[in-house]
Amino acid sequence: MSAISTPSAAVPPERPETVYFFGTCLVDLFYPQAGLAGMELLKRQGLRVVFPQDQTCCGQPARNCGFFEEARAVARAQFDAFPEPWPIVVPSGSCAGMMRVHYPQLFADQPDRERAEAFAARVYELSWFLVHVLDCKLADHGEPVTVTWHASCHSMREMGVTDEPKRLLRSLANVTLVENPRERECCGFGGTFSVRQPEVSAAMVADKIDALRSTGAAEMVTGDCGCLMNISGALDRMGGKAGPPLRSRHLAEFLLERSDDR
Amino acid sequence: MTVDAQPDAGAPKAGSFAERAHLALNDKPLRANFRRAMDGLMAKRAAQFPDAADLAALRARGAAIKERALARLPDLLEQLEARCAENGIRVHWAETTDEANRIVLGIFREHGVKTVVKGKSMVSEEMHLNAFLGEHGIQAIESDLGEYIIQLAGEMPSHIVMPCIHKNKGQIGALFAEHIEGQRYTEDVDELTAAARRVLRDRFAEADAGISGVNFAVAETGTLVLVENEGNGRLSTTLPPLHVAVMGIEKLVETLDDIPPLLALLPRSATGQPITTYVNMITSPRCEGEKDGPREVHLVLLDNGRTRVYADPELRETLRCIRCGACMNHCPVYARVGGHTYDAVYPGPIGKILTPQIAGLDVAGDLPHASSLCNACVEVCPVKIPIADILVRLRREAVRPSASNSVQGAAVKGAGDGWTLSESSVWAGWKWLHANPALYRLGARALALAGNLIPAGVPPLKAWTSVRSKPKFAPRTLHQLARDKGFDDA
Ligand code: SF4
Repeated sequence: MSAISTPSAAVPPERPETVYFFGTCLVDLFYPQAGLAGMELLKRQGLRVVFPQDQTCCGQPARNCGFFEEARAVARAQFDAFPEPWPIVVPSGSCAGMMRVHYPQLFADQPDRERAEAFAARVYELSWFLVHVLDCKLADHGEPVTVTWHASCHSMREMGVTDEPKRLLRSLANVTLVENPRERECCGFGGTFSVRQPEVSAAMVADKIDALRSTGAAEMVTGDCGCLMNISGALDRMGGKAGPPLRSRHLAEFLLERSDDR
Repeated sequence: MTVDAQPDAGAPKAGSFAERAHLALNDKPLRANFRRAMDGLMAKRAAQFPDAADLAALRARGAAIKERALARLPDLLEQLEARCAENGIRVHWAETTDEANRIVLGIFREHGVKTVVKGKSMVSEEMHLNAFLGEHGIQAIESDLGEYIIQLAGEMPSHIVMPCIHKNKGQIGALFAEHIEGQRYTEDVDELTAAARRVLRDRFAEADAGISGVNFAVAETGTLVLVENEGNGRLSTTLPPLHVAVMGIEKLVETLDDIPPLLALLPRSATGQPITTYVNMITSPRCEGEKDGPREVHLVLLDNGRTRVYADPELRETLRCIRCGACMNHCPVYARVGGHTYDAVYPGPIGKILTPQIAGLDVAGDLPHASSLCNACVEVCPVKIPIADILVRLRREAVRPSASNSVQGAAVKGAGDGWTLSESSVWAGWKWLHANPALYRLGARALALAGNLIPAGVPPLKAWTSVRSKPKFAPRTLHQLARDKGFDDA
């Protein structure tokens, strides 16, 4: 059971010709532009990007609430939707962590254990894949801007993604990255945590926003749409009250827009 | 999302974690005290482990030592008992806290004990030993400064290493002025410490017995290892003629060689100290010709549900805990609500997994849900306990008990208590929708068209929108956009 005592360290695979894209249910319903941007970035690196129409959700919400049977049923549907041995790239550290780290645990005593393990081994977080597998270099066609990075807990602590997104941001000529003083602290989303413990969650997101604002950045960039929904929702509710506007976006959308010269 | 498990944002369920959190979150001094203390402790720990590879190696070693000891726990306990007996330490076994309390009382009665000085011990908190002894006419005075302060205040510890971390200098100054004769109000830390020392010195001198906990017990040699910073632990275990140590049965290691790596982890993880001021190793009562030490030493071994935890290989990892408190210091929930919100002897992440296993999910079932599963605790735990995984395992036990090899049938006491028809139906529906891709696409498209009409007042959204605006469904799903843009389907 000790799988996540250390973040999962993946060995970068050979540069593939084709990758699968796993959109995640939050991206699908609320932030499709982020998903599309991720796919576009991969495509511009010369890859064929396949988006299986039969994908739905990684199953994390049910697993985290203790409904393992239900989570397994949904996970099995993903095994069917991604049959080829291609890498599966995910624009979310949290869903990637579910599939890479928790699938093997979830199926440990199941007849289809090996299928789950093989699937898990093909899962990569988007920014990590761009850096380590594709050695992605991006031109910057945007105006000068100061941004700050919000790290997602599961990206860092399950997928071992820490510096990769910041490397991508720093590589952009006109982007100044200011680190926020509470980068490693949870924003308070935690899926159902935010509705089971709304007040604790609210206190966490309020502090997170203070930390983000303290950087003086005009924009916050993150790699997880759960955090994005939480932080941007709280920012939006505060309106102009708590300080100057702070834009928030998914990393993929930000990178694509900057590197677009059209 | 759940339907009936929703605490209304304005009015959390009475007696729940959420309700206590509501009070703590609105207590400004408390929040400031915790935030300041936890930030300081995180920085101090980080400074002690500058090299990630060294830390990883040390943690692996710490985890392996505890794992190895747990694998042989029954044997090692027998070995410990035999060694202790050879050394002249009397060993007692207690299955419940009540039994343990009676054993301690019995020893004290035999010796006509009236006053006791007590070193810091979480197991004695688990036993509520002070109250029990008090009811039977024996006064136990806490000798650890933090414990002494909360004893004066009539409170429970709010942290397992720094029990009164929830109080600031001003609050302690006021408490001392009220309770210590001749003490004026001051915020001067030296003066406050001196006042406590003055009171405690007399207590040490007159005490008939001393009580302590145990950080590690060594089976090979029958040695009890105690770490502390103030010297009160040493005074409590050497000055009075009688010493009673209480410990949970999991605090065992195989050999003396196991101690140095654990000592390299415990204080650095806990307080950011390279080592504590005192490391006491007790192997016997006073020997012939020795000038100090108690005439008699007793060791009470407490089970209190640990055997049951032990019986399940996944849950057993809980018992590796060396009670350093690093998980609470780094927990974003603990840092905001403080230890008393957990309403349990062990607060914070370790408390969230230990308390429901000891007390039962029927009693402490909301604790495993008081976590965002951010994994900060998992990252710092010196013995690599997969706290987040165990939290999720307990959430599973709450809705669908698993039979296990444990004696009583179900793996965890009170398993199944969290099951509700409405939440189960929500997940059944969720599964049905997400395990059938065609249905999912249909549902997703419907949400894209009409989802934004859902009112913010319905249960899961109501809590969410208490501080955030309602999330907006995009007009077209990624499934649709990917197809439009010509991305291959297979
Ligand atoms: S669970 Fe780990 S971090 Fe928490 S008190 Fe125990 S040993 Fe320390």
